[in-house]
Amino acid sequence: MTAMADTWALAAPIGLLAELTHRCPLGCPYCSNPLALEGREDELDTATWKRVFNEAAQLGVMQVHLSGGEPGVRRDLVEITASARAAGLYTNLITSAVGITTRTMRELWEAGLDHVQVSIQDSDAVSSDHIAGYRGAFQRKHALASEVVRLGLPLTINAVVHRANITRIGEMVDLAIALKAKRIEIAHVQYYGWALKNRAALMPTRDQVDHAIAQLEDLRRVHRGRIVIDAVLPDYYARFPKPCVGGWGRRSLNVTPSGRVLPCHAAESIPGLEFWNVRNHSLGEIWTSSPAFNAFRGTAFLPEPCASCERRETDFGGCRCQAFALTGDARATDPVCHLSPHHGLVVELTAFLEDKPYSYRRM
Amino acid sequence: MIAPDAKPRLPRGVRLTHNTAHGGWVLLAPERLFKADTIAAEILKRCTGELTFAAIVDDLAKTFTAPRERISADAANLLNGLIEKKLLEL
Repeated sequence: MTAMADTWALAAPIGLLAELTHRCPLGCPYCSNPLALEGREDELDTATWKRVFNEAAQLGVMQVHLSGGEPGVRRDLVEITASARAAGLYTNLITSAVGITTRTMRELWEAGLDHVQVSIQDSDAVSSDHIAGYRGAFQRKHALASEVVRLGLPLTINAVVHRANITRIGEMVDLAIALKAKRIEIAHVQYYGWALKNRAALMPTRDQVDHAIAQLEDLRRVHRGRIVIDAVLPDYYARFPKPCVGGWGRRSLNVTPSGRVLPCHAAESIPGLEFWNVRNHSLGEIWTSSPAFNAFRGTAFLPEPCASCERRETDFGGCRCQAFALTGDARATDPVCHLSPHHGLVVELTAFLEDKPYSYRRM
Repeated sequence: MIAPDAKPRLPRGVRLTHNTAHGGWVLLAPERLFKADTIAAEILKRCTGELTFAAIVDDLAKTFTAPRERISADAANLLNGLIEKKLLEL
């Protein structure tokens, strides 16, 4: 890979996604973890995470997202959280709520945790547990969410939307309000990894998506001042691609359970990229010099139609992982863009939807 | 408008911080952040839950020798925006 950072000023990153583990009791078929999951024996220890957080803060990172897998399966989660807070970082816990007891939540509160995001799979208990592949998960989410609120921590509900629940977005917002969340994220599934494997069973129809987007405006108006509704829109039906992670190597870093540092969580799906590991390099060295981070920085690598497009500094040609997954070339224009010569691939894919059993995410 | 005796405060999970790498004051909030200019930072620094809105405006007017009405309007505008986003409590 050739470094492309020559004409581009390197800014400081803002966020760090810390994937503390890939272990998770749930089996959601749209999991954003890679198909090849990293095992417990390869996970970074507490002291290394502590060093990573200190280096991140020195680099300019302000927010750390403690995620997984399910971060609650790490026995040192409280210590890890305390070390992130001590480094001066804003700490956000992203959890399924399964595996975190109310007692652990109290300890996390004492450790200085700033915010909790709890995922829900549906507003309906039976459907929710079916999607998660875990009986009883729905109930546990209620218990943990109420403890989060009781402790005075801000709660966000993350509702992942796909064909099986897209007709219940209003009910999911009602549930988030009942749980006293300050914020809900309506996150349409992004098709990478496990979600790409299950795409035909997950993807909603165009009509469903159009209706969901229109409904969002109504919901925001009705619930104004009561709950903040944020949305991650599905890109397969969009005209332009999304500026993935705000531009490659531009705003954020992702550290995998074993310490590999990625520009985005799906980056390992692109073959030929050389990722550096926090076991061998400081985070600062990785940010400025790791070949993977420099591979697609800036816009100089982009072919036409991006090269002469006025949107190239807005969306950076879209998502590199999606470009590779659909066209076989990670430098190509994201085929979601209607100007891409490969846009027909996306149109073809969206025409093929099939109700078949999920391939659950398992280790 | 904000009542003169209301005591604005940043709730848990919303913090004002100074970040050298990003060149200034930043309001950190759940899964987002906002750059705060000097004036906004001076207003937010005083939102501790101890001072009333009237006292905050008085203090700012004195510190920056600016018209009280204008400061009151600017501060109310900033704080109301944050209240709607659930990032400030009264």
